[in-house]
Amino acid sequence: MTTSTLGAPAPGRRFPGGLLKTRELGIVLALAVLIAYTAIDNPRFLSGQSIRDNLLNTAILAVMAAGQAVVVITRNIDLSVGSVLAISAFTVATMMSDNPGLPMIVAILAGIAVGAVAGLVNGVLVRYGKVPALVVTLGTMYIFRGLVYSWAGGQQVNADELPPHFLSFANDNLLGIPWLVLIALIVVGGVSLMMRNYRIGREMYAIGSSPDAAELAGIKVARNLIVAFILSGAAAGLAGVLFAARFGTVDASAGTGYELNVVAAVVVGGVAVFGGSGSVWGAGLGALLLTVISSALAVLDINQFWQQAIVGSLIILAICADRLVAVRIARSLRKRDAHV
Amino acid sequence: MADSSAKPDNRAGDHGPARLEVSDVTKSFGAVAAVQGVSFPLFPGEAHALVGENGAGKSTIVKMLAGVHRPDTGTLRVDGADVEFAGPADAKAAGIAVIYQEPTLFPDLSVAENIAMGNQPLTRLRQIDRKVMTENAEALFRRLGVHLDPSRPARGLSIADQQLVEIAKALSAEARVLIMDEPTAALSAVEVERLFSVVRSLRDEGAAIMFISHRFEEITALCERVTIMRDGKHVTTELVAELSVDDMIRKMVGRDLSALFPKQDVEPGEVLLEVEGLSREGVFRDITFQVRSGEIVALAGLVGAGRSEVMQAVFGVDPYDSGVVKIGGRKLKGGSPRAAMAAGAALVPEDRRQQGLVMDLSIERNVTLPRARKLARLGLLFGGSERQSALTWTEKLQTKLGRLSDAVGTLSGGNQQKVVLAKWLATGPRLLIVDEPTRGIDVGTKAEVHRLLSSLASDGLAVVMVSSELPEVLGMADRVIVLREGKIAAELTRAEATEESVMYAAMGQKVSA
Repeated sequence: MTTSTLGAPAPGRRFPGGLLKTRELGIVLALAVLIAYTAIDNPRFLSGQSIRDNLLNTAILAVMAAGQAVVVITRNIDLSVGSVLAISAFTVATMMSDNPGLPMIVAILAGIAVGAVAGLVNGVLVRYGKVPALVVTLGTMYIFRGLVYSWAGGQQVNADELPPHFLSFANDNLLGIPWLVLIALIVVGGVSLMMRNYRIGREMYAIGSSPDAAELAGIKVARNLIVAFILSGAAAGLAGVLFAARFGTVDASAGTGYELNVVAAVVVGGVAVFGGSGSVWGAGLGALLLTVISSALAVLDINQFWQQAIVGSLIILAICADRLVAVRIARSLRKRDAHV
Repeated sequence: MADSSAKPDNRAGDHGPARLEVSDVTKSFGAVAAVQGVSFPLFPGEAHALVGENGAGKSTIVKMLAGVHRPDTGTLRVDGADVEFAGPADAKAAGIAVIYQEPTLFPDLSVAENIAMGNQPLTRLRQIDRKVMTENAEALFRRLGVHLDPSRPARGLSIADQQLVEIAKALSAEARVLIMDEPTAALSAVEVERLFSVVRSLRDEGAAIMFISHRFEEITALCERVTIMRDGKHVTTELVAELSVDDMIRKMVGRDLSALFPKQDVEPGEVLLEVEGLSREGVFRDITFQVRSGEIVALAGLVGAGRSEVMQAVFGVDPYDSGVVKIGGRKLKGGSPRAAMAAGAALVPEDRRQQGLVMDLSIERNVTLPRARKLARLGLLFGGSERQSALTWTEKLQTKLGRLSDAVGTLSGGNQQKVVLAKWLATGPRLLIVDEPTRGIDVGTKAEVHRLLSSLASDGLAVVMVSSELPEVLGMADRVIVLREGKIAAELTRAEATEESVMYAAMGQKVSA
């Protein structure tokens, strides 16, 4: 989104390649205002523990948002991520409680693999079943959830059944940065790099921008769409492992309703719902903003029920902002063309 | 690049083997044979026109060359070798670039990215090298002699600029065959000339060009060879120089077109539309004219003279600052299409895709859209009455269609135009405003539209026609109003109107003789 040239651009003036993205800047500003206001009310909001909690809470959402952003950029949606998280969390928790000796990396890879398979199913159904992603992933959301319920029954895996190294992972640090936060940064950064600088990423933007033109341009649309869903599934699978490690207790209802938080983070983060524009970093920032809002409301002693209304307003605001920006760009470009 | 002066003058007579050859190709969709046994060669350094009425199978040929469709039988050969395209990527790899009638850019991506898509320059880490990508785009634009910023998004580019980006795309892929499907339909004369000079230089550098157009003057200006198709079959492939325009038309439609513009003489009735002193700041000024029932009045002028804007203001789509519009002697409220419709006016807009039709809706729903209220019973719309009314009008206009429940988007351009006409005629108007009624439709359908307008006028309808095609204006109109820069430059009777007098007025010069 090159919205920074809204003033009257002189002929020949360049559109900066997205150095200063208004949307990302807007989220950072909103965060700053929110944090400042909350901190003035209650300085403990800026304590190390509070910051740490916020970041840890953001991590799982941000990982899923990175995957979801890719799918939304291709003009699709993945509503199954909450259920995929549950499958992965339950699989990994069961695996770890049965084999306490397994190292953490195996747990992570297993979670990613489970999620990737679920994503593959979604991608194949969307592409080859020619069913809209909204419908397919709404269906698989229930199917995957049903699978976990029938597998888990009423059982849950408790923290005391899990090996200590698995549980402590959620609180351990590397060079002072919690592992969870580090993983979220790596995922968001890595996916962001892929979408910005690699052919496959640009092709995904192209597909979302104009699916018909993408076919005509000889882009491998099928492959790219399936990769997008696999990424989203894998991210949700990874999030499942982080979820199990952080909360210790996993039952079949884990992650219920997460899919909407993830989509909200992506949309608030500036990814256009009709695909083609937005950034993975923005989605990550969206996740951070949503998390900080909910903890700020708790600190400010505002009824938690307001949180949902505020998130809803933000989504509508984000979509209105997209429309407004698109209209203004179109107008300024027209004006510019008229003068050239 | 080879020295172009070393080229033989008679390019058409002296060519090597075909760059691309279509050989006895057949393609059917269901029971419909779209293309049957068509063969023609495309030579390097030569522009080849493909003409035929809408539905003659031109687009199917284009899609087969583009790798979108695969021929049922017959072969495509590139440089003498048989090729089979599994998809557009294969055609691209074979050096074939296609510029579609509707540009196929990615609006959210930058111009440079659009050009490089699928072919981006990479750094050693296999990342996209944006610097080189931008430089490449700049170099291409320099070569094409156009001024476009490679880093701006494609969204908001004019159609002409979008087509230039498409050409830059073809250049960057080092296309050796360039296929253009009606690239000029939405361009002004200046833009067409700019496009042609680019295409000519590509041709002179050895590319094989295939050019589809409904405008014969463009074909004679650009092409050496022409292939004519009719009803999916190959009629002939000849040198353009050896065919007159009349010959081409005859071969396209398989009949003489002496009755191309069959305006019947009608005794005009009372004044139906009165426009007095209509002005809109910066768009048009002091427009005054009358239209009687039974009369066809043409609004001529150059693109941008304000013709469409005047009629949109009359109909109430656009506002106006001062002046009066009366229909049937009663003053019309400005800025209200609903009021204009109630007074018996109908407007068939220029851009049928964006303004005239809802492409995804069925034909019957489109036809009945403006008066769904009248057809509804107890506020509900029943399929039966809708279908009945749609059937009457589509039959009257001889629309070629499968089922009335098909989406309008599936029809050919000419038939879409008929559906737009049907939609408004079904409202039973007294005044019909048509904007570019035959843009982008083939000669045969054009004649049908003209015949239809003429017979409607003889039934007492008042018709105002905005048209850029002089033959159409001269053939159809009882009176011609020429606009220039937002003002009426001349009002000519049928006897006074000639190509020269209209063009002189449009260009702001006095008729010398």
